[in-house]
Amino acid sequence: MPFIPHTEQEITQMLATIGVDSMEDLFDEIPAHLRAPELKAIPKGMTEMEVSRLMHQRADKNTKALCFLGAGAYQHHIPAAVWEITTRGEFYSAYTPYQAEASQGTLQLTYEFQSMIAALTAMDVSNASMYDGASSLAEAILMSVRANRKSKSRKILIPTSVNPVYRKTAETIVKGQQIDLVEVPYDGSTGTVTLEQIKQQGEGDITAVVLQQPNFFGCLEAVDEITNWAHDNNILVIAVVNPLLITVLNPPGQWGVSGVDIACGDGQPLGAPMSAGGPYYGLLCCKQALVRQMPGRIVGRTVDLDGKEGFVLTLQAREQHIRRSKATSNICTNQGLVVTASTIHMAIMGAKGLENTAAACFANNNLLVEKLTAISGVKKAFSGTHFHETVLQLDVNAAQVLRALMAKGILGGFDLSEDYPELGTAIMVCTTEMRSEADIEAYATAMQEVLAAGVVSAEKVPATPEVV
Amino acid sequence: MLIFEHSSKGRQGAPQSPVEKASISAIPENLLRKDSAALPEVSELQAVRHYTRLSQKNFSIDTEFYPLGSCTMKYNPRACNTLAMLPGFLNAHPLTPDEQNQGFLSCMYDLQSMLCEATGMAAFSLAPMAGAQGEFSGVAMIDAYHKSRGEHERKEILIPDAAHGTNPATAVMCGFKVREIPTLDNGDVDIDALKQCVGPQTAGLMLTNPSTLGVFERNIEAIAKVIHDAGGLLYYDGANLNAILGKIRPGDMGFDVIHSNLHKTFSTPHGGGGPGSGAVGVAKRLIPFLPLPTVTQEDGNYRYLTAKDCPQSIGRLSAFMGNPGVLLRAFIYMRFLGREGMVRVAEFATLNANYMMAEAKRRGFTLAIDHRRASHEFIITLKNEARDYHVSAMDFAKRLLDLGYHAPTTYFPLLVPECLLIEPTESEAKEALDGFMDALEQILHEAETNPELLHAAPQTLPVKRLDEVRAAKQLDLTYKMS
Ligand SMILES: Cc1ncc(COP(=O)(O)O)c(C=O)c1O
Repeated sequence: MPFIPHTEQEITQMLATIGVDSMEDLFDEIPAHLRAPELKAIPKGMTEMEVSRLMHQRADKNTKALCFLGAGAYQHHIPAAVWEITTRGEFYSAYTPYQAEASQGTLQLTYEFQSMIAALTAMDVSNASMYDGASSLAEAILMSVRANRKSKSRKILIPTSVNPVYRKTAETIVKGQQIDLVEVPYDGSTGTVTLEQIKQQGEGDITAVVLQQPNFFGCLEAVDEITNWAHDNNILVIAVVNPLLITVLNPPGQWGVSGVDIACGDGQPLGAPMSAGGPYYGLLCCKQALVRQMPGRIVGRTVDLDGKEGFVLTLQAREQHIRRSKATSNICTNQGLVVTASTIHMAIMGAKGLENTAAACFANNNLLVEKLTAISGVKKAFSGTHFHETVLQLDVNAAQVLRALMAKGILGGFDLSEDYPELGTAIMVCTTEMRSEADIEAYATAMQEVLAAGVVSAEKVPATPEVV
Repeated sequence: MLIFEHSSKGRQGAPQSPVEKASISAIPENLLRKDSAALPEVSELQAVRHYTRLSQKNFSIDTEFYPLGSCTMKYNPRACNTLAMLPGFLNAHPLTPDEQNQGFLSCMYDLQSMLCEATGMAAFSLAPMAGAQGEFSGVAMIDAYHKSRGEHERKEILIPDAAHGTNPATAVMCGFKVREIPTLDNGDVDIDALKQCVGPQTAGLMLTNPSTLGVFERNIEAIAKVIHDAGGLLYYDGANLNAILGKIRPGDMGFDVIHSNLHKTFSTPHGGGGPGSGAVGVAKRLIPFLPLPTVTQEDGNYRYLTAKDCPQSIGRLSAFMGNPGVLLRAFIYMRFLGREGMVRVAEFATLNANYMMAEAKRRGFTLAIDHRRASHEFIITLKNEARDYHVSAMDFAKRLLDLGYHAPTTYFPLLVPECLLIEPTESEAKEALDGFMDALEQILHEAETNPELLHAAPQTLPVKRLDEVRAAKQLDLTYKMS
């Protein structure tokens, strides 16, 4: 029987010890008329050989196109050692480290993770992870409402240059708690939010302001100026950052005079494959003074009975298993295994490796944008510096261009028309260190051909029949 | 030793990034980082050795019996990992057009369908990232449902006192007041008390069945009737689904909305804390409110459903759709088992738990709930031992670690003093169960004759008992490299 070791003889012995005649007797407290029918809609079981064949067939149906798509998930190189070690059974099949003495591996690693993330963000403390960047922003907002005792309004300013999916997720998660998410429009020429616009929406009592750097469009916000203004007005600042890019960009702990209060973001660029959307992890950091408002697990260093260094889950009085309805959040299971991968990733890459990676993303994006905007009918939508994503304005229907590019093996970018109709026909392209000069050349050539040919709908890829 | 303490300035031994740093001088100076982040500088070998050694300081299913109640620590088949990490899946960008993502989407569609069949629900969303987020979506849907009918006064969620901490925490996060329902000594919900608590303010009841006390709620139909008659909805916390898989379905018991912890019942790894999945299933009337995205199928073509298709949805819970790598592992596991394998899961998980419970009784332990069938887990209370020998459940747990067994869940559920919640799962062989019971019996004897041994445990692990008070008072949460 798959994954069940019992022999007939053992079953008989065990039933005798229990004092029942059959397996069925073990379920005699369940009302008979409620018993489940046969689960016909579930196929019959398979051997590993058969399952393997099925999964290879399905995996092979997914595209192998060259990826120039970002918008919150990025294709980066991950050292082979990262997932080799991460998937060791001792990490992979352990539970949350509630029995500290039997979980020193995971606990120490998490402490190292918190230290590395705090170093990257230049913040005082980090927790052991949230689900992803978007839900982490939601928790950061809830945290700011608890933390900012000077503010009564529960009003949060969010520029529309913050990732739209993050804004939607935050809305879902905080709406039960009478929190007002106030949108601040971005400037149409720079793609960034100005202090003037923030001030306009920021009349009266404001609890916190959210700033994403680089913002969703890949543009760089004036973070120092806005952070200082917010702090002068008793407004907390929540930063949303890409943890890879802050190895070269000013980290949130150093924005303005005193740094942001809470920093969050998605850890995916640090060791998590794109994997159709996850698992990634949300990072969440804050100033020391706010640590008791932090949701999620936190690991602390302490000593054992002999005075030897060791690690435990700490400040658990914030959490649901102790505080129940008064907890800072309902989060229990987090993204531990991805945190494991990310820690190993950061250790192997080092600051230097990550900086070189970030710089390569920037340089490659510049090269791509230069080549694409040399084509007639393609121009940059915003002035100013972009990091590794850039919004390009097209003359023709963006969705059709992307489809035609796809037919040429190019995953050409993100169609902005749904989230930002005011931009007309715009796409956002992204380039990581993985894209070679030849890849970039291939994109430019494909774009040229597509635009020259006039846009045609790409044919549907025929479905390959599944044989098992 | 920390990885930081292996660091040497200027060391870099990994061919993992571009060798030269490209120019970033086009970025305005004030937006640039001034000094490098203080990350460790180690060779690839040093990192590999350090983290391999750290892994060896963990207990895990792959190395020890891990009977952690409520957590379903069953074997995580290796093939589920290998096949979920095929390049076709790993390299899929989450925003890949649906037509080019058919392999992945077909797995997700099939997973939704199999979960519907296994639980008796009408539709599933795979969006929630873990049990707690499944609960969040469930309660948010209950709220949205009542509001859609103009019943704005339903502001109270009922939760039995035996429930997991995420239940009340979730209800509050969704803006509800929580009212606790007492549990009877036999483990069933106090239905008379429940009747006193329902009314026009009732939004719903969150129930775990079998409960966290390790018994099946026999009055489930009566409970469902009380709640439904009051206009409320019934939420099923699926953490214990392993006990009843293929035997009885939450949908048939009258539940309107459920979550399933795929990292429990469907064997995706716990990964030292996560990631998980709290896939959420609903009865027909709640379908419009399901969290986004979900996957649909028309003529063999699969696609994501988004807000445009589902305007009444409670919305998104994360940037993409849950934890796809976890969802793939659950899908693969379900295909391994098939319909016949699902029923066996419940049978053998229950057989193992009842066998251990009988053995515990025979060996002189006190059961929290006697004279009832165990579900897939059961509870020993050590309140007598605590009184007579001054040893606690914590002492038993720590001593078990010394004997090579991961401890059961301790001090949960909160109702039972000095408790050990023991869940063997179906994937453990009889030898493991017997070995564990021998160890427990040995500790019982030690508690009588040499309680110091328990107080001083563990002695054989990398560290002895850790000072948690100091950890919380003298906070040391990050190492600062000088
Ligand atoms: C009964 C019960 N409910 C809910 C949860 C929460 O699930 P998760 O940790 O996946 O958020 C758990 C497990 O931790 C549980 O045991």
